[in-house]
Amino acid sequence: MRLTILNGRVVDPAAGTDTIAPLHVADGRIAAIGQAPAGFVAQNTLDARGLVVAPGLVDLAARLREPGFEYRATLESEMQAALAGGVTSLSCPPDTDPPLDEPGLVEMLKHRARGLDGAQLFPLGALTVGLKGDVITEMAELAEAGCVGFSSGPEIAIDTQTLLRSMLYAKTFGFTVWLQPQDPQLARGGVAHGGPVAGRLGLPGVPVVAETVALHTVFELVRSTGCRVHLCRLSSAAGVELVRRAKAEGLPVTSDVAVHHLHLIDVDIGWFDSHYRVHPPFRSQRDRDAIRAAVADGTVDAICSDHSPVDDDAKLMPFSEAEPGVTALELLLPLTLKWASEAGVPLPAALAKITCAAAPILGVDAGRLQPGAPADLCLFDPAEHWVVERDRLRSQGKHTPYLGRELEGRVRTTVVAGRVVFSRPA
Amino acid sequence: MRHPQLNADGKLQHLLTIEGLPRETIHHILDTAASFVGVSDREVKKVPLLRGKSVFNLFFENSTRTRTTFEIAAKRLSADVLNLNINTSSAAKGESLLDTVDNLSAMHADMFVVRHAASGAPFLIAEHLNRIRGPHVNVINAGDGRHAHPTQGLLDMYTIRHFKKDFTQLRVAVIGDIMHSRVARSGIHALTTLGVPEVRAIGPLTLLPPGLEQMGVRVFTDMREGLRDVDVIMMLRLQSERMRGALLPSAQEYYKHYGLTEEKLALARPDAIVMHPGPMNRGVEIDSSVADGAQSVILDQVTFGIAVRMAVMTILASN
Repeated sequence: MRLTILNGRVVDPAAGTDTIAPLHVADGRIAAIGQAPAGFVAQNTLDARGLVVAPGLVDLAARLREPGFEYRATLESEMQAALAGGVTSLSCPPDTDPPLDEPGLVEMLKHRARGLDGAQLFPLGALTVGLKGDVITEMAELAEAGCVGFSSGPEIAIDTQTLLRSMLYAKTFGFTVWLQPQDPQLARGGVAHGGPVAGRLGLPGVPVVAETVALHTVFELVRSTGCRVHLCRLSSAAGVELVRRAKAEGLPVTSDVAVHHLHLIDVDIGWFDSHYRVHPPFRSQRDRDAIRAAVADGTVDAICSDHSPVDDDAKLMPFSEAEPGVTALELLLPLTLKWASEAGVPLPAALAKITCAAAPILGVDAGRLQPGAPADLCLFDPAEHWVVERDRLRSQGKHTPYLGRELEGRVRTTVVAGRVVFSRPA
Repeated sequence: MRHPQLNADGKLQHLLTIEGLPRETIHHILDTAASFVGVSDREVKKVPLLRGKSVFNLFFENSTRTRTTFEIAAKRLSADVLNLNINTSSAAKGESLLDTVDNLSAMHADMFVVRHAASGAPFLIAEHLNRIRGPHVNVINAGDGRHAHPTQGLLDMYTIRHFKKDFTQLRVAVIGDIMHSRVARSGIHALTTLGVPEVRAIGPLTLLPPGLEQMGVRVFTDMREGLRDVDVIMMLRLQSERMRGALLPSAQEYYKHYGLTEEKLALARPDAIVMHPGPMNRGVEIDSSVADGAQSVILDQVTFGIAVRMAVMTILASN
């Protein structure tokens, strides 16, 4: 199967390419950009005039809700959402039911995903059995089954001795440990940023120290073990500053933020709008501004969707009782572009955060356009305005603060391994 | 964006919080309440203002006292009253909050009086009812989590106005567990809206929420210092589950530092009034001699509470 994409603006953040040129695909891989290789004859062509031809997006965190939460979302619905969002590689956290703590579960998930012909799936395994924090999982077996890293779940709900030992064990095999820096005791009962807004609304707060205390602990354990750690979903100014210093010190750490944390703050909760209930909570404007700066300066390596489909019954509840999480796979690109345009970040640098900077954290070959690389592509119209509408979201999760809002930048065509797997009529 | 308690004409459709309520509206409610105070003293304690209307007391959290005052207020206005205690076990049976509201709404309630353990729950209910029933149904927040208890805040203002006349010359101290208190939050918003120049919050740091300064409050941790020269003392109830744990070591130590005794009361102005939303923990947050003393207006609060709730119901129904 040979395909040529004509007239598109080919942007490859990894190589610094930004040029209008044809892109040639053969046998599921990129054959050339510009001049076709000798003897190359396209079987199909695609006109990408006015579109950006970017690497398929790499999302570090998308909950697909299988196994166990099929009433919230299924692999089918969320893979469709991924492709509609231009996401061709995604990592799913292990907080399913049961958690991804056995090779059989991971193999089943990979097998189901392969059958769906969607985005490439890279599961994270549970760091401890049942995510309970006492017995470490068979990490080597899980890695063979397809896990690309090991996560302790939405908090570091694991005692420090077990955490230290699990990091040593992961380090033995060269695995990356994914930790969301939140101290479960300090965050206990909290549902909103522990600041004046929560104080005024009478909502129990998650203080910033829940993040910073966890980060201090993790950094000490990294110094002690040398284990590579990926820090998930930073939320505070103090938190990103600690990560900045840890990186300057040379610790083997990477980090990400959820795309909505680049835009929203605790004030946006308004009168208890549970669409704004997320984990970690939206913090102050100062925190939001520091996160934006940290993404721009590289302290934060990647932006992810933190896609978490939630059903109506769990979301249409009083704020403190509502399930945290928003649907975001289909908003990852436009919300990243929104940040880039507001912050004056050039398009290639912005795309890097959702492509070539994210792929190495997963340790996979994705997110770039060089000849020989897998032909996973996202073709989008950077100028198209569209309104986020509940019924037009592919995801089974319909809850996002952006419902009814207009965004700029829309995916038109998604290509996985050289095959067009999604296209939206103009 | 319109405040969720206002209708399209900018009039009060629901009473969800005092925050954002204009000063004139508060005074209008208090003036209306004044006209109802006499009703309770009459031989026939009824006026026909809500005749034919159904008021549903929807209590997701038990409170006999508050529910009773709303019930009396509605009955004195000639409304039909239905009391529904929906304890958490029926929520555990799987019916969602909004399903419950849908069911009750189908029984044609005109007014819902809602108490819920989660901050903000009445906002969700009001918004949902606006969607399914339009502008002709009213919600009164009878206490939501730690957030607000607006009718309590209003009856407290009624009491202060009754005894002190002018809000703009007062020092008011709110004392105790402000962190968990919806009464404190509603009181603070009402006081600052009515132009009280100095609102003080007094308590240990474990019971003071973040952001009090932004609400226009001066914070004191030393009760003796905070009581100096105040005109109004608003005590708060300390829930028994907070008396011994990580927030406070014991009721005894709390009483020693934050209990209102005659000796501490003497630091306030000699004509200071003492208020408490009830039920009181005598010997924990307040000494019996103060609670029953000459400066206590605690029982007046209860009496005024009925009139204030009648006023709120009447105003909402007429908007």
